[in-house]
Amino acid sequence: MWDYTEKVKDHFVNPRNVGEIDDPDGIGEVGSLACGDALRLSFKLDKDRRIKDVKFKTFGCASAIASSSALTELVKGKTLEQAEKISNRDIAEYLGGLPEEKMHCSVMGREALAAAIANYRGEEREKEEFEIVCNCFGISDREIERAVKEDNLHTVEQVTHYTKAGGGCEGCHPKIRDIIAKVWGEKEETPVLAKPAKGKKLTNIQRMRLIEETLEREIKPALRQDGGDLELIDIEGSRVIVALRGTCSFCPSADFTLKQYVEAKLKEFVTDDITVEVEE
Amino acid sequence: MRTVYVDNNATTQVAPEVFEVMKPFFHDLYGNPSSMHFKGGEVQKTSVEAREKVADLIGASPDEIVFTSCGTESDNAAIRGTLENYPGKRHVISTRVEHPAVWTLCKYLEKRGYRVTMLSVDREGRLDLDELRAAISDNTALVSIMYANNETGVTFPIEEIGQIVKSRGIPFHTDGVQAVGKIPLDMKRSTVDMLSFSGHKVHAPKGIGGLYIRRGTKFSSLLIGGHQEKGRRGGTENIPYIVGLGKACELAARHLEEENNRVRLMRDKLEQGLLERIPDTLVNGDREHRLPNTVSLSFEYVEGESILLLLSNLGICASSGSACTSGSLEPSHVLRAMGIPFTAAHGSIRFSLSIYNTEEDIDYILEQLPPIIEKLRDISPFWRDYIKASSKQ
Repeated sequence: MWDYTEKVKDHFVNPRNVGEIDDPDGIGEVGSLACGDALRLSFKLDKDRRIKDVKFKTFGCASAIASSSALTELVKGKTLEQAEKISNRDIAEYLGGLPEEKMHCSVMGREALAAAIANYRGEEREKEEFEIVCNCFGISDREIERAVKEDNLHTVEQVTHYTKAGGGCEGCHPKIRDIIAKVWGEKEETPVLAKPAKGKKLTNIQRMRLIEETLEREIKPALRQDGGDLELIDIEGSRVIVALRGTCSFCPSADFTLKQYVEAKLKEFVTDDITVEVEE
Repeated sequence: MRTVYVDNNATTQVAPEVFEVMKPFFHDLYGNPSSMHFKGGEVQKTSVEAREKVADLIGASPDEIVFTSCGTESDNAAIRGTLENYPGKRHVISTRVEHPAVWTLCKYLEKRGYRVTMLSVDREGRLDLDELRAAISDNTALVSIMYANNETGVTFPIEEIGQIVKSRGIPFHTDGVQAVGKIPLDMKRSTVDMLSFSGHKVHAPKGIGGLYIRRGTKFSSLLIGGHQEKGRRGGTENIPYIVGLGKACELAARHLEEENNRVRLMRDKLEQGLLERIPDTLVNGDREHRLPNTVSLSFEYVEGESILLLLSNLGICASSGSACTSGSLEPSHVLRAMGIPFTAAHGSIRFSLSIYNTEEDIDYILEQLPPIIEKLRDISPFWRDYIKASSKQ
């Protein structure tokens, strides 16, 4: 059982400011049903441009509901400029602390607030260019970078606790490691896949390892986005034998995916002569 | 506060009769059964009787029972103790819905160079036996398939599976932790070579388990040490707990009929009652082939941990396959393997009953749960969207 503070329990059992404002000045929404938590936040300003009314709706666990409730209490009566300064730490502190595994709930609160303020200002959220790092939960490099800096994170596990990134298939762990290294000024970026120099012949062991790595890091995460998957059955020379899993196993275009995507990726990352076959 | 404990697939309360028979073995009867003096002799006899009672419950011979510390140890002993005997064979078959004791071990074996086929299940949690037939090869060292699923209660056709496996001469292990004591088993007529079970799922304490090993099965001990358990598990026998497990199995045999009648009726009443009272509720798993005490339900648009905590505040103890309860971020691997949408998996709740539950317990849940779901749906941003969308149609 989680060790929740009395304040978390109180805000969970008796959440403040639940609902939706009919004609809001700003509305922000983060998360999704698939992710396991989601928050919709709406607010109304008074004539001094202070937050007069704020309401939330949350789908999620006790700490997600309590964090949302805490956030609404924190921003009430504040100007947008003041509200913007509220960090996920402030939310967690207001609640007397959250278990580390649940810190992403407080991060969700801050993000919903940012989205609602941006909506009021007529801005598009996340204007800057970004790249989705964690495909399982749809978390971008920007979001991870921000959490690493603001919450002083140093391990992949911490990043997962705070942002959820890396909590699914784990295929993005090397990328998260790179982001952490970049933020903390460790210049050295280890390449995700060490492709040997051109012309250099791979040993059997190297080839097998590279095939496995490419499947795990490049191919499977992409297939899983559509509910598909595959399993490596065997490697015989340059023949890679796989079994189709998940939605791939009954997908009419599985053959196409296999040749055009799986085989192409393996050719790109391993060697040109790779062929992919489905287990008989 | 009233306590309604409906989480018996997680663990059970120790039966008062079990605790009673264990007590003397903590003060007067403390001998080591291997000792030559009378202190050894007086516990030796009771442990023999306990082994007989355990064997009787599953229709085995006493010498086919090995006592272990828990279900996980039994699974490890069966799987690793078999593989050691077939060093040339590097393929194992199991399923995607096994308990972590087997599932994680399979993942470990994969890392150690084994090829592991994890058989898939359909939306109802059922296996496709043709997939099993196709997966078996000359390289297959072991097939390990659970008897009954801990999360959904779905039971697999173990004898049919066993016939397929044995026709190819391959050892067959089943994790019977959830099945023993809940459904009648008869190892004499069975195709199973090894069956794991656990004490604390059948009203014995935590810290004792067992493994049935059919005579003639090739097996190597996981714990190397003394001659105990006929060399199949080193370590001084845990006599108080063995005696407790013996009593628990004796009671379980006596209660099997009640489990399959009264408990089943209460489970059905709970399931039916909740389906009637709470809209957008789904049953997870095959209702035809299922343990009599288990039901897994998904309440859409709400999250499991929230439900559990609100239930817990009212004295009701259940469990969930939601991500948040385990500290992982993805919902249970069992529900995912079944293809239950994430939206439903996050809101899944398992109720698992025992003979200690009463009609009043069921009525209490039927009364308390609907307002909880309603409250959480009121907070959920998706519920109103969903209601709006469905009213437009």
